[in-house]
Amino acid sequence: MGSSITQQIFQQIVNGLSLGSIYALIALGYTMVYGIIKLINFAHGDIMMVGAYAGWYAITVLHLSFLPALLFAMVACALLGVVIERIAYKPLRNASRIAALITAIGVSLFLEYGGMLLVTAQVRTYPPVFPETMYSFHGVIFKYGDIVMLLTSTILMVLLHITVQYTKMGKAMRAVSFDKDAALLMGINTNNIISFTFAIGSALAAAAGVLMGVYFNTIDPLMGIIPGLKAFVAAVLGGIGIIPGAMVGGLMLGLIESIVSGLGASTWRDAVAFLILILVLIVKPSGLFGKNVREKV
Amino acid sequence: MLVLEDVNVYYGAIHALKGISFEVNQGEIVTLIGSNGAGKSTSLKTISGLLRPKTGKITFNGENLASIAPQLIVSKGISQVPEGRHVFANMTVIENLELGAYLRKDKAGVKQDMQRVYGLFPRLLERNTQISGTLSGGEQQMLAMGRALMSKPQLLLLDEPSMGLAPILVKQIFSIIKEINEGGTTVLLVEQNAHMALSIANRAYVLETGKIVLSGDSKQLAASEEIRKAYLGG
Ligand SMILES: Nc1ncnc2c1ncn2[C@@H]1O[C@H](COP(=O)(O)OP(=O)(O)OP(=O)(O)O)[C@@H](O)[C@H]1O
Ligand SMILES: [Mg+2]
Repeated sequence: MGSSITQQIFQQIVNGLSLGSIYALIALGYTMVYGIIKLINFAHGDIMMVGAYAGWYAITVLHLSFLPALLFAMVACALLGVVIERIAYKPLRNASRIAALITAIGVSLFLEYGGMLLVTAQVRTYPPVFPETMYSFHGVIFKYGDIVMLLTSTILMVLLHITVQYTKMGKAMRAVSFDKDAALLMGINTNNIISFTFAIGSALAAAAGVLMGVYFNTIDPLMGIIPGLKAFVAAVLGGIGIIPGAMVGGLMLGLIESIVSGLGASTWRDAVAFLILILVLIVKPSGLFGKNVREKV
Repeated sequence: MLVLEDVNVYYGAIHALKGISFEVNQGEIVTLIGSNGAGKSTSLKTISGLLRPKTGKITFNGENLASIAPQLIVSKGISQVPEGRHVFANMTVIENLELGAYLRKDKAGVKQDMQRVYGLFPRLLERNTQISGTLSGGEQQMLAMGRALMSKPQLLLLDEPSMGLAPILVKQIFSIIKEINEGGTTVLLVEQNAHMALSIANRAYVLETGKIVLSGDSKQLAASEEIRKAYLGG
């Protein structure tokens, strides 16, 4: 009996990490965009949805296998992210934050309902790309899909970390997000860096979309709303604008959800997740990784 | 080397620079002094491309700066140390210096200039892996100057390098500015500390509410009754 409880706990941890790694991938885009232009990009979850459809198209129509389909979706959404930024957000760079926020909501609705026009509201089934193989380790079950999901998101996050910390582009990104004028004085083209940030964030969202399609088997044009909101919560939980915060926030949220479900309270799952968010923010308003300093204006 | 002709700059409706003309010649230290809000920082920002003049012309080595994208002005040989340092506080000292050389392709030259900066500011070498937000104010000033030098500028724009520093450090910073100038870099220095500025500069311009009201040899200006009363405290 004792061992079966431990098994269950570990099982929920495995499930939670899988789900959480998706949240983390989406949260990264939220946090990076916020870090660089202080915009909550409400269309981000919908970019994930577009990614899911791009992956679906690549697999069912182009007959690509998982990895090429993943790359296809990532590239498509990177372009989409750059186009959205240039058309919708760039003209508002010096406008009030609320104007930019409303524009983001507009872009979100555009993608959701434009998507419906284009692909209809009908739910589509994701083709099975992975074998149904399961591995059992001391009674804890790992689905093949879980492993691929964890592996994919871990690799993407490591790549992101290396890019941001060690490449010239990454350093320029951190410079622009810290101080745009000073970055300009260094010779950094801030517009290009902002585009680059949107490209990376949207590509990560696309990866999350493909993984979600694979994991839950179905996709529809409104599938981005709830995960988008949750990823936003994850980003705030970790400290918005802080990259490691988004990773940890996403994983935590996934873990909390699956542990609450595992306790047989799955209807309470979201409520508990949001309650924890509120508690964290009461204790630490700037999030787990945030510094408690007033933001400079 | 640098020539401003009848430059007008506005912040919305605020007319901050009202037809300013001045020049800086190769090898000089020129200082721009004036009280708070006179338009000193605005002048430097307009030269470095952060602001654009509404009318008037700025040429550098004969080239009109209006035709150059703001972020490329640094590659023409103009580098600014902004007022209040503006180091990238979230990054290490080395990363800040690397960003100073962002547009340079000559790796060997960049390495050499990094050594030169460490030579001028040995403190930066001691602290090179420290996050720069945790540096002292004086160290941040050194870093901001070092970072600006990493682009290998012909003209260095300095905005109030003595701000908030202890007198002994001010002396040290000014002697380093002199050393940088003797190494062949032309300097345009904005200062509140008119006394120190006039002591190292060749020439000076006095700015008052967006206009140049006096100019000349800095020794003569330092001796003039008007300047002593208004800017040197007696
Ligand atoms: N961003 C801005 N928006 C509106 N007005 C501004 C802005 N920046 C400066 N000004 C105005 O332009 C004028 C010149 O300012 P500037 O910063 O150039 O002065 P300064 O000579 O550098 O002063 P200080 O010695 O205090 O640094 C001031 O009247 C100031 O209020
Ligand atoms: Mg100033």
